[in-house]
Amino acid sequence: MDCYQDTIFKLKTFWARHGCVIQEPYDVEVGAGTMCPETFLRVLGPDPYNVAYVQPSRRPADGRYGENPNRLYKHSQLQVILKPAPADVMDLYLASLEAIGIKLKQHDLKFEEDNWESPTLGAWGIGWQVMLDGLEITQFTYFQQCGGVDLELVPAELTYGLERLTAFLQDRKSVYDIEWVEGASYRDVRFLDEQQFSVYNFEMADVAMLWKLLDLHEAEAQRLIDGYQASEQKQRFPLLAAYDHVLKCSHNFNLLDARGAISVTERVGVIARVRKLAVGVAQAWVDQQQLLRAEVAA
Amino acid sequence: MSARLPFLLEIGVEEIPHWMIAPALADVERLFRAVLDENRLEAEGLRLDGTPRRLVLRCEALPARQADREELVMGPPKSAGEGAAVGFARKNGVEIADLSTETTQKGEYFALRRAVAGRETGEILAAALPALIAKIPWPKAMYWTGKDGERFIRPIRWIACLLGDEVVEFGFAGVKAGGNTRGHRQMGADEIVFDHTNYEDRLRKNGVILSAAERRKKILDGIRKLLRGTDLKLAADQALLDDLAYLTEFPTPILGGFDEKFLDLPAEVLTTVMRHHQRYFTLQRADGSMAPNFIAVMNMKTDRQGYVRKGNERVLEARFNDARFFWEVDQQKPLRERIEDLKSVTFQARLGSYHAKTEGIEAGATRMARMLGLDVAAVRRAASLVKTDLTTEMVKELTELQGVMGGLYAKSQGEPETVWRAVYEHYLPQSLEDPIPQTAEGRLLSMADKLDTLEGCFAIGIVPTGSKDPFGLRRAAQGLVKVLVEGRIALSLRELLTAGAEETHRTFAALGIAGYDDAREADGTLKWSRQLWEFLLDRIRYYFRDVRKFKYDEVNAALASAWQTLPDLEDRLFALQMVRETENFEPLAASFKRIRNILKQAQWAEGAVNAALLEAGPERDLFEELSKLEPEVRQASQSRDYLRALQLIATLREAVDRFFDSVLVNAPDESVRANRLALLGRLLSEFSSIADFSEIVTTATTE
Repeated sequence: MDCYQDTIFKLKTFWARHGCVIQEPYDVEVGAGTMCPETFLRVLGPDPYNVAYVQPSRRPADGRYGENPNRLYKHSQLQVILKPAPADVMDLYLASLEAIGIKLKQHDLKFEEDNWESPTLGAWGIGWQVMLDGLEITQFTYFQQCGGVDLELVPAELTYGLERLTAFLQDRKSVYDIEWVEGASYRDVRFLDEQQFSVYNFEMADVAMLWKLLDLHEAEAQRLIDGYQASEQKQRFPLLAAYDHVLKCSHNFNLLDARGAISVTERVGVIARVRKLAVGVAQAWVDQQQLLRAEVAA
Repeated sequence: MSARLPFLLEIGVEEIPHWMIAPALADVERLFRAVLDENRLEAEGLRLDGTPRRLVLRCEALPARQADREELVMGPPKSAGEGAAVGFARKNGVEIADLSTETTQKGEYFALRRAVAGRETGEILAAALPALIAKIPWPKAMYWTGKDGERFIRPIRWIACLLGDEVVEFGFAGVKAGGNTRGHRQMGADEIVFDHTNYEDRLRKNGVILSAAERRKKILDGIRKLLRGTDLKLAADQALLDDLAYLTEFPTPILGGFDEKFLDLPAEVLTTVMRHHQRYFTLQRADGSMAPNFIAVMNMKTDRQGYVRKGNERVLEARFNDARFFWEVDQQKPLRERIEDLKSVTFQARLGSYHAKTEGIEAGATRMARMLGLDVAAVRRAASLVKTDLTTEMVKELTELQGVMGGLYAKSQGEPETVWRAVYEHYLPQSLEDPIPQTAEGRLLSMADKLDTLEGCFAIGIVPTGSKDPFGLRRAAQGLVKVLVEGRIALSLRELLTAGAEETHRTFAALGIAGYDDAREADGTLKWSRQLWEFLLDRIRYYFRDVRKFKYDEVNAALASAWQTLPDLEDRLFALQMVRETENFEPLAASFKRIRNILKQAQWAEGAVNAALLEAGPERDLFEELSKLEPEVRQASQSRDYLRALQLIATLREAVDRFFDSVLVNAPDESVRANRLALLGRLLSEFSSIADFSEIVTTATTE
C-alpha cells in the first residue's frame, strides 16, 4: 500500500513524464488550485503550457475543528493544466489512475456532468466529476473563460482531491487515519492546523481587521490595475503582484464569510468587487503578454 | 431502381450528460430526414441509438444515388427571334436543334429539357453531415479546438461513417470520419473494425450495449436476480432507471447494504442521499419499511472482488454520517428560533430576505384561511415556520429537501400535525406530475407562497420572457392553478390577486422598493397586477388544454363565461365536453356564432324585446321557448348543474334554425329590426353566461 506522499510522488512523476512543469504550491492562500497564477493567468493567451502542482486549498467555512472525518479547512489538490488539451486527455487521465495503483478493470468509473463556475474569478468551464465506485475523485474541466476572457486555447484542468483519493486507496473511513508516511498519520501532521484554524476562523478572527485588510488589498490591486493602463513600461509592470493582492482579497472574503460577518446582500457585492479586480488583472495580463510576444518577434 | 445500401453514422464523444442524449437523438433524426428530403432520398429502416459516448444513426437502406431527372431551363420568348435562341443555346452548351418550345400563359418560349444525372448519395452525405453535426442543438455547448472552433456538447473524438462498405469522407472539428468504432473505456478496444452486419455484436464484445431499451432491461433483470430469495422489494423509479441507462454503456446492478443504525434517520433523508446524490435504487422490506440496502448500477460487467460494492458502501456511510450530524446539530436550535435568522437569507436582491417573504406568505395565508374557514392560528403558525429550514445545515446540504425538512423538524419539535404537515408539503406541486398537498393547510401555504413570489416579481418587473424564467414563475403559476383546481378550492383567483396586489402595493410603496412601478390603468387596476392576471390566464389555458386535454375552443368558451373560481371553470368544461357529443349542440353553437356576428355588424348594444312587435310563427315561437327556458336554465346554472343547463339550451336548436330559415333580421321596418336584434341579444347574453358557444369551432361554421 502506498502512503499519502507516495501517491503524490507517483502522480507528479506521471505528469512530469507527460511533459508537465512540476511546480511547488503557490505561497499565497487560495481556495483552490485554479486560483494560482500558474492556472489563472497561464490559461490566458495563445501559449501552450503544461503544469502540475499540489495546492493546499483553504476554505475557512469548511473547517470542522478536525472532528469531521471527511471535511477539512485546508485540503490538498493535485492540479494539472494541459493547455491545449490533447485529444487523448481522457486516456492520459485514466493512465494516471492506473499509475497510482487503481486497477480500472476492477472498479466502476463514471463521468457525470458537472460544469464548473467561479463567479469571483469570472471563470467557467464544462466538464465532469469523475466517480470511482460512487466516490468523486476528480473534477475534470475544459476551461472556456477566465477573468471574463474567452480562452484562445482550451485547457483541460484535472483536479484530484488527494485526501479522498488516498483514503480510497488506503481503505480508510477518515482522512485523519490516512498514513502520510510510515509511522505518521494525516492526523499527526495536520490535526492541529484543522483545530486551531477552525477556532480562529469561526470564533476569533477580528472582523473589523479583516474588512480593513480586504479594503487595503483591494485598493492596492486596483491602484496597480489602473497603473498598468497609464504605464509607459507595460512589459515589466508588476501584474503578478497585483494578482497576489486579488488573492488576498479573496481569502479575506472567505474568512469574513466563515465568521458569519457577511450578509447575503453584502456577499453579492463583495464577490463583484473581487471579480472586478480578477477581470482587470486578466485583461491587463492578456495585453502584456501580447506586448511581450511582439517584443520577441521584433 | 438503383442499388440500395446500408448506412451508419456514429459520432464518438466524450461522456455526454445523460439527460441530453435522448433529445439529441431526436434532433439528429429530424436533421437527417431534412437532408434526405432536400435531396429526394428515401431511407428504409432508420433507427437511432445512443450511449454516453456515442450517437448512432443507422438506415437499413439508402439509395446509392439520387434518381435521374429531367430539368427544364426556360429561355427567351419565341418572339425574341432566332438570334436570342442561339445565344441561349450557346450559353447552355447545346445546339439550337436541341431546344424545345414550351407554351406558358405568357406565350411560347424557347426552352431546354435536359437529363440531370442523380448525384451519388455518398457525395451528398459527405457535404451535408458536417453541417448536420454542427446544427444539433445543445443546452450548453463548448468549444475545444480553440477559440472560434466548432461547438458541441463535449469534444468529438471519432466519427465512423459507412455507406455500404465505403467510408463517407468528411471531417468535423479536426476529426476525419473513418470506418472503425471504439469500445467501452475499460472493457473494449480502441480500434474496432466492423461492417453493417456485425456492428452491434462487435460493440457488445467490446463492452457496449448499444440499445438504451436493452440497457434498461439489463438493469431490471439484474435487479430481479439480485433480489431473488430475499424479502427485499425494489422501490420502482423510472426516472432513475432512465438516468442510469444513459450513464452507462454496460450497466450491471449490484446489491449493497448499510448499518441498520441509520434507519433512525428520516426515510426522506436516506432516500434523498441514495436516490439523488448517489443514484442508488432504494429497497423495501416485506412490510413496506425501508431496508438497509441499496442497488447501485455499475458501468462494468462484474464486481468479482466486491471492490465496487465496498467502495459504494463506504461512500454512503460517510454521507449518512454527515446527515446524522446535520440532523443532530439542526435540532439544537428549534425552528421558531430561526425565524429571525431568515433576515440574512436573501430571497431576491430587491425583494429582500426570506423574513420579508415569510411576512408576505403569512398575510396571504391568513386572508385565505379566513375565507375558507380554516384554523387561522394554525395557518399563521405554519406560515411563520415555513421557510425556517433554509437556515438548517441539512437543507444547505440537501437542498431538494427544503420544506420536507422543515416539516420533519417541526414534527420532532412537537408542532401539531396541521402545522408540520403544512410546512412539509408547501413546495408541492413542483411539476405537473407532482401531487398537490394532501392537507387543506398545506394547500393554502403552497398557494400563498407561490402567489407571494408571483406578486413580488411582477411588481418589480421580473416577468418571464421566452425561455428566460430564472425565478421559475411559470412553474409557480402552474402549481397555483393545479392546487386551486385539483384541491377544488372555491376561492376567486381574481379576488385573491386583487387583494394581494393591493397589499403588495402598500408594502412596496412604504418601503420604497427599487424598481417598483405603481402605475395604474384607467379602471384603477395596478398595471402589473393586470399583467400578472393575463399571465395566470395563460397558465389556466395551458393547464386545461395541454394537461387536462380539453379542446382549445372549449377552454375559450368556458373562459369567456362568467366563471368565478377554477373548480367552477372545470365544472363548466366537463359539462361542455359532454354536451358537445349530443347532436343539437354543434349546430346551435354555429347559430350562436352567427348571432354574435349579426349583433356585431349591427353594432347592437342593448334593448329589450317588445313582445307586441313579434311576428307570429318562428319569431314568436323562439321568443316563447326562450322565455320558458330562461328560468330553468338560470336555476340549473345557479346550482352549478351546468350539464343540465347546457342540455336545456341545446333544445333551442330547432327554434333557432326555424327562425333563421324564415325570418329576416334586417327587416325594412327599423323598429322590427331593432326588436329582432334585441331578441337575439337576449338569447346570446342569457346563455353565454355558462360558456360562450360562439367560441366553439364547428364544422357547420361558415363565417
